[in-house]
Amino acid sequence: MEKHLKVSAIKDGTVIDHIPTKALFKVIKILQLEDCSQMVTFGNNLDSKAMGTKAIIKIANRYFADEVVNKIALVAPHAKLNTIREYEVIEKRVVETPKEIIGIVNCFNPVCITNAENITTRFEVISERPIALKCFYCEKITNENEMVFR
Amino acid sequence: MKAKSLISITDFTKEEYLKIMRLAEDFEANPNQKLLQGKVIATLFFEPSTRTRLSFETAINRLGGKIIGFSDSSSSSVSKGETLHDTIRMVSNYADMIIMRHPLEGSARYASEVSSVPVINAGDGANQHPSQTLLDMYSIIKTQGSLDNINLFLVGDLKYGRTVHSLLMAMLQFENPIFNFIAPPELALPNEYKIHLTSKGIRYFEHSEFTDIINAADIIYMTRVQKERFIDPFEYEKVKNVYILKNDMLKNTKENMRILHPLPRINEIHTDVDNNPKAYYFTQAKNGVYTRMAIIAHLLNLK
Repeated sequence: MEKHLKVSAIKDGTVIDHIPTKALFKVIKILQLEDCSQMVTFGNNLDSKAMGTKAIIKIANRYFADEVVNKIALVAPHAKLNTIREYEVIEKRVVETPKEIIGIVNCFNPVCITNAENITTRFEVISERPIALKCFYCEKITNENEMVFR
Repeated sequence: MKAKSLISITDFTKEEYLKIMRLAEDFEANPNQKLLQGKVIATLFFEPSTRTRLSFETAINRLGGKIIGFSDSSSSSVSKGETLHDTIRMVSNYADMIIMRHPLEGSARYASEVSSVPVINAGDGANQHPSQTLLDMYSIIKTQGSLDNINLFLVGDLKYGRTVHSLLMAMLQFENPIFNFIAPPELALPNEYKIHLTSKGIRYFEHSEFTDIINAADIIYMTRVQKERFIDPFEYEKVKNVYILKNDMLKNTKENMRILHPLPRINEIHTDVDNNPKAYYFTQAKNGVYTRMAIIAHLLNLK
């Protein structure tokens, strides 16, 4: 049987694999891929041995610094990044949860100042699994199931 | 360098706590020291709080400073829709220090980022009120001679009571504290604090009965069970009269024991306690003025 890729290969760029299916569009948002002028292809609900189903994103001619890519740890903690050059994987990286999250997420506390004025949110990551974020301003803790992305 | 502010009790080190205690003692002995001569202090009360505002303003007056500000936001440009950011930017151009109370949590931390002068948080919603904690500590050191080896009984609303949480965090800086928590299950201390105590190897005990266990106390810290915290009014009715301290309960308590309360009190301390020498809450409020003088002098490097 002919074997072919469900999401076509890229010559140069980044492949983000092992994204939970529910997190695909959040990852796109966090990495601001809506505004990306390069070719972006993605697949969702793909078979995965490890995860059952997964999502994958391929971004041509774009490479991400660790601090940028680590932002997706909030929604895709097991994601893997492959850097591609000339169709070859030249580097594999795993996502690491940062100690501090700037922007990205709203504070769940409705009476937090960050929900009243135009302020960039700032959280200390106090737990990675499951995610728990302590607001730098109101000091309340936003849990994984309460996270709303900006 | 950014001006040093006091937003959260954990902003200060143990050395700073002790310095505040020493300064407060000094101000109590000599209350009229004109260290703020020629300085302007802004008291911005976006929500009313008579007690805290008068305490701060007394402290400023005793230090010889001038006061600008407002005591509720309807008399300020906030009612015209001005943002906190703009109000603070403007006022920090006028004043040498900002003391603010605001209903939104985190507002004081944000103000300290925007302001070019020190900010003292006089309460940001249910979050922090660090000058209250420092005056509680001053009351403890004054009556017990030390902040070490204190057996502290915290009674009432331990779930939402910000004064309880802050005092607990501050007392952890001192040697060998023992905590006893007395609260209905609905208002028990949040788990995060218990986990923190356990991880530090600190002894604590939880009780739901308010009985002669208080005989072991050095300090009984009473708090108000607040009706607005309850979703179900029936739940409030069940617990509202459970934790009332009465004079006859104090018979066998320790000689050195003192009763603290952040005030206002509703009915949780019976008025028959007021004349007992162990009742300390009104003196505690007076200590607030000296403690606030100390905080202002410390943040402005006047002492």
